[in-house]
Amino acid sequence: MMWLNRDIVSIGDLSVDEIMEVIDKANKMLPYASSGHPDKPLSDKIVATLFYEPSTRTRLSFESAAMRMGARVLGFGSLEASSVAKGETLSDTIRIINAYSDAIVLRHPSEGAARLASEFADVPVINAGDGAGQHPTQTLLDIFTIWKESGPVNGKSIGFVGDLKYGRTVHSLSKALSMFDVSLYFISPEELKIPKHIKRDIEKKVPVKETKNLEDVIEDLDVLYVTRIQKERFPDVDEYKKVAGIYVIRPSLLSRGRKNLIVMHPLPRVDEIPAEVDNLSQARYFKQASYGVPVRMAILDLILRGE
Amino acid sequence: MTEEKMLKVEKIRRGTVIDHIPVGRSFQVLKILNISSDPGITVSIAIHVKSKKMGLKDVVKIEDRILDSSELNKIALIAEGASITIVEEYEVIKKFVVTLPDIITGILKCSNGRCVSNMENSVKPSFTLLSKNPLMIKCHYCEREMETDEIFGSIL
Repeated sequence: MMWLNRDIVSIGDLSVDEIMEVIDKANKMLPYASSGHPDKPLSDKIVATLFYEPSTRTRLSFESAAMRMGARVLGFGSLEASSVAKGETLSDTIRIINAYSDAIVLRHPSEGAARLASEFADVPVINAGDGAGQHPTQTLLDIFTIWKESGPVNGKSIGFVGDLKYGRTVHSLSKALSMFDVSLYFISPEELKIPKHIKRDIEKKVPVKETKNLEDVIEDLDVLYVTRIQKERFPDVDEYKKVAGIYVIRPSLLSRGRKNLIVMHPLPRVDEIPAEVDNLSQARYFKQASYGVPVRMAILDLILRGE
Repeated sequence: MTEEKMLKVEKIRRGTVIDHIPVGRSFQVLKILNISSDPGITVSIAIHVKSKKMGLKDVVKIEDRILDSSELNKIALIAEGASITIVEEYEVIKKFVVTLPDIITGILKCSNGRCVSNMENSVKPSFTLLSKNPLMIKCHYCEREMETDEIFGSIL
């Protein structure tokens, strides 16, 4: 596979084999994710992190991954600190930063911004989230979590619960998983169902079941991927409370699931997973968050050294 | 041109005939060509014309105007498979069918208001053709998939 200088803009740009190559590489990076790679293979590289909107977790995870590989990091985490505040266009900023760095990590509020950046940069661009659009490294770390915590992805039954309409992690992950041999369950209130165009695409490839009732399908799942239902999606607070209350993941519900069921969440969570679940064997969401670093170490190494 | 059609709409001396427009789409064709704003152009429209190939179809004749490639691409979006006849001095000088290219650029904007192609002046919106029937395209930048109604509403 050709990785050197490759842009990572959308999960759809990667094949199953390429996704598995990242997973395999991330697994090799795992021992170095907390102590640093002993060879510092990227010590001659500079990684620019351009965050046009705040995302502490993603930015720090990328910067940590770069530093663990020995790379140096520069960039900004807010608009005030950049020329954007003076009205500079994204394409101009990218042209300039291109000369200062060996790779650009970009988070931007406009959908498609990373694709645009990749057309103006000679160095590889990694999309760290573009508005409600793509966030491919989140999807890769989600797949890595399933693989690491639950075993081979093929054959798994994976359920998504919560806000499936607006949640981009769900859209991107479910599309990526549909390239594997899996069964997908979409569990949500009527108002927050998975968008038709995404479901239509997925249904062509894998079996899909849609339901409002999590209790009906909990026994069938190997993986339960929980997302937050946001208050602002509902015009009426009472309606929000009613809906959100139905999808709280309580220990009693999990006890009805398979022995090896794992629970994931892209975090931050609010009330949908109570703290009492954190110590149960099913809870893997903090592990999942920690896998951001080895997965991003793997991606940086692949695109900067080609191996 | 068949005898039947000539009875309905007179032959033109110079201009463009757009035939085999899916029935009901002729008004959209006129809209995207911005014909109504130019009183110097005579336009004849035949709607619900019987057609062996299509059952029913629409036909538009535009006098004294030869369409450019951007306009032809827009017609392909609305009426894929329409046949275009260019007429000079009552003679057909060119006849061809419009088809959609695999990559569509410069004739429509993305329907996603948050797409970077609607934010940055330097960006030329670009779309990949996913399917012709039903018509479906995907934005090169934000990956929004657009269906017929959205596409018609986004033509520049």
